[in-house]
Amino acid sequence: MHGNGRPGPPLERGSKCHAWRAGKREGLYYSGVIEARNLTKQYGRVTAVDGLSLTVAEGELVVLLGGSGSGKTTTLKMLNRLIEPTSGRVVIDGQDALSVAPHELRRRVGYVFQRVGLFPHMNVGENVAITLTLMGWDRGRAAARVEELLELVELDPAAMRERRPAELSGGEQQRVGVARALAASPRLMLLDEPFGALDPLTRDRLQQSFLRIRRTLRLTAIFVTHDMVEALLVGDRIGVMHHGRLVQVGTPSQLLQAPADDYVRQLMNTPRRHAALVDSLLARPSTVAQGVPSSVEGRDSESS
Amino acid sequence: MKEQLALLPQYVTAHLQLTLFALAAGMAFSIPAGIAITRSPRFERPVLAVASVIQTVPSLALLAIMVPALSALGLRSIGFLPALIGLSLYSVLPILRNTVTGLSGLDPALTEAARGVGMTPRQQLWRVELPLAMPVILAGVRTATVWTVGMATLSTPVGAASLGNYIFSGLQTRNLTSVLVGCVGAAALALVLDGLVRALGAALVGRRRSPLFVVLATLGVLYAYSSVTFVQGLRRSGPDRIVVGAKTFTEQYILGRILALQIEKSTGSPVEVVSSLGSTVVFDALRAGEIDAYVEYSGTIWATIMHRDSAPATRAASPTTRAALLSEVSRFLESQHGITVAGPLGFENAYALAMRRGQATGLAVKSISDLARHAPRLAIGGDYEFFDRAEWRAIRDIYGLEFRDQRSMDPSLMYQAVANGEVDVIGAFSSDGRIAALDLTVLQDERGAIPPYDAIILAGPRLVRERRDVLAALSALAGRIDADEMRRMNLAVDQEGAAPDDVAARFVRAESP
Repeated sequence: MHGNGRPGPPLERGSKCHAWRAGKREGLYYSGVIEARNLTKQYGRVTAVDGLSLTVAEGELVVLLGGSGSGKTTTLKMLNRLIEPTSGRVVIDGQDALSVAPHELRRRVGYVFQRVGLFPHMNVGENVAITLTLMGWDRGRAAARVEELLELVELDPAAMRERRPAELSGGEQQRVGVARALAASPRLMLLDEPFGALDPLTRDRLQQSFLRIRRTLRLTAIFVTHDMVEALLVGDRIGVMHHGRLVQVGTPSQLLQAPADDYVRQLMNTPRRHAALVDSLLARPSTVAQGVPSSVEGRDSESS
Repeated sequence: MKEQLALLPQYVTAHLQLTLFALAAGMAFSIPAGIAITRSPRFERPVLAVASVIQTVPSLALLAIMVPALSALGLRSIGFLPALIGLSLYSVLPILRNTVTGLSGLDPALTEAARGVGMTPRQQLWRVELPLAMPVILAGVRTATVWTVGMATLSTPVGAASLGNYIFSGLQTRNLTSVLVGCVGAAALALVLDGLVRALGAALVGRRRSPLFVVLATLGVLYAYSSVTFVQGLRRSGPDRIVVGAKTFTEQYILGRILALQIEKSTGSPVEVVSSLGSTVVFDALRAGEIDAYVEYSGTIWATIMHRDSAPATRAASPTTRAALLSEVSRFLESQHGITVAGPLGFENAYALAMRRGQATGLAVKSISDLARHAPRLAIGGDYEFFDRAEWRAIRDIYGLEFRDQRSMDPSLMYQAVANGEVDVIGAFSSDGRIAALDLTVLQDERGAIPPYDAIILAGPRLVRERRDVLAALSALAGRIDADEMRRMNLAVDQEGAAPDDVAARFVRAESP
């Protein structure tokens, strides 16, 4: 399965996510299937991404996993044309992404940035509503949608709407970032190390929130991370990237059981080693279990 | 003082017009240009370099350059236009540089997020980049505002009225109150405008409706006022309006006003006096029909306009009588420039070498020839243009003068300087009352190195064609002011602190039957 992603599970068009969606239905949204074909990005002589092909089925979450400089973020940005590919194609719902105006494409694809990128001169409500504003929604309709979105990402709309991004904690900022990406009811989400800059507890809570939202909305998503544990936790499938190439794509258990090469094996060994270490600590009689985080449920404690 | 303050609204209005229009033009160019060069960075260096070069030109020179430049283009070369263009150019750099800095200094994460949420490049500019760069851009506008208000005081010599009129005439006539009024007025204007721009920035950042409305309304009112008064000014300068010019020293201020009063009295036409014009600016303005009359000196035309090397010419034709030179100058002006000499006023204001009477007697110096022997031990002072003029070169070469030291200084200070012994000899003006008042003696020019400098009224082509009555009124002044009268009037302003306008009014009243 090197490079060539295999077809995903059969598509379920018109599924329950449509019932939830309050946004307009014009038949413009992509079905959620995204396919990269032989995607390449060169900067001068340096090849950042080298002939990457990947197919993601509707409702599937694929993690792109790799170290820094592996080309995973470049790949993600080529999918919604924040970076124009040197060669290759991106097909979303059977339509060539290059045939659509870039801003039109990006309004239909939710994007969550590693550095969040909330606009500091706008309040939370305006940040969340920005894509709707660009699409010409009237105020009342957008405000109702903002309220819905803030509740979805577990923020109190009344308390949050008027606040400036600078007044929020890191976790709250990224929740707003997720809400903003979801504003126009995209069926495809691209997430670039969305929780990488957060402390472990906050990160854990946001991961859980995101997984719940994803299930509720039946989102198709591509999620970039360098964190092995996060990849195993959120991914239906994981694509391992190394030196601009997609080395292996598979379910977490496939990767653990049949690593395609040394790099993947080493990568999979890390969580194993960590797990073994935790196990051995737990096995000692003097150590009490309360030292280990036991629960990841519960309301935010990331608020400052 | 009272009559000076009466001019305050007029000067503040003119100053406001210049500043606000120049800033509007500066912003209209610099902000789009700044946006454009952040989009194509290879233009950034050359464009900013050009703007910086403009900034290095001394502001007075930049304004003065506009006069011949506009003249060459066949445009109105004195008054509002050259000042406006000079000031606009000067306001470009701070606004342009801050626009570029503000836009290129934005966090790339934000511009990427702007694209990521689906903004077109235009939406990205208007919704994210400009709002975020706005505080930096406005800081540039504030810098430009303060600079422009300050530099607008220098537009007086190119014929645009401003608070600088107080400063220029005050410095020339040693009226420090007038200088102070000009400086304080300009400073107050700068503070008010700067405060308005700062308030605009604060209101935009705070996004509160009412302060923003107040600031915008105030700016709107100021712009509306400037535009309306400007248009009224254009209307006022109708065909029957006569414009009299004056150079930038006491005698010219007095004579300009005398000409104006004389014309108003005899013809009833409204007259405007544009004073403190540079000495070449004023001649060009007359030739171009932008002013109708002013007082010139025959020797100046001879030396600087006709480019006669005064030394051989005067020696060859020696003694070149005042009358002979005057008729030659008149013929030249008539045939070459269509300018008419309405008549000589009746006195000379020649360059003359003057020194303290006591020192001259002590050294037994009566003439410039006598001076030559002592010159290597003496220092000479002259006004800013004196040592560059053909007349000085002629005096120096004919008499073989070689001074120990040569110092340029403001004409209003040079008489005091020689009286105090800071210099020994000055290039004085023979009609200056301070020669007698400070007990100076004028050295004889027995070899005729200095051409005669009859004060003559020059009338522009329009007066000959259309306004014979004005020409007649001016001709009536011929021979009416003798050297004593002029010295007395100059002294009244320079030593006794009278206003030039009052001295002129007194003269015209005394002349009336």
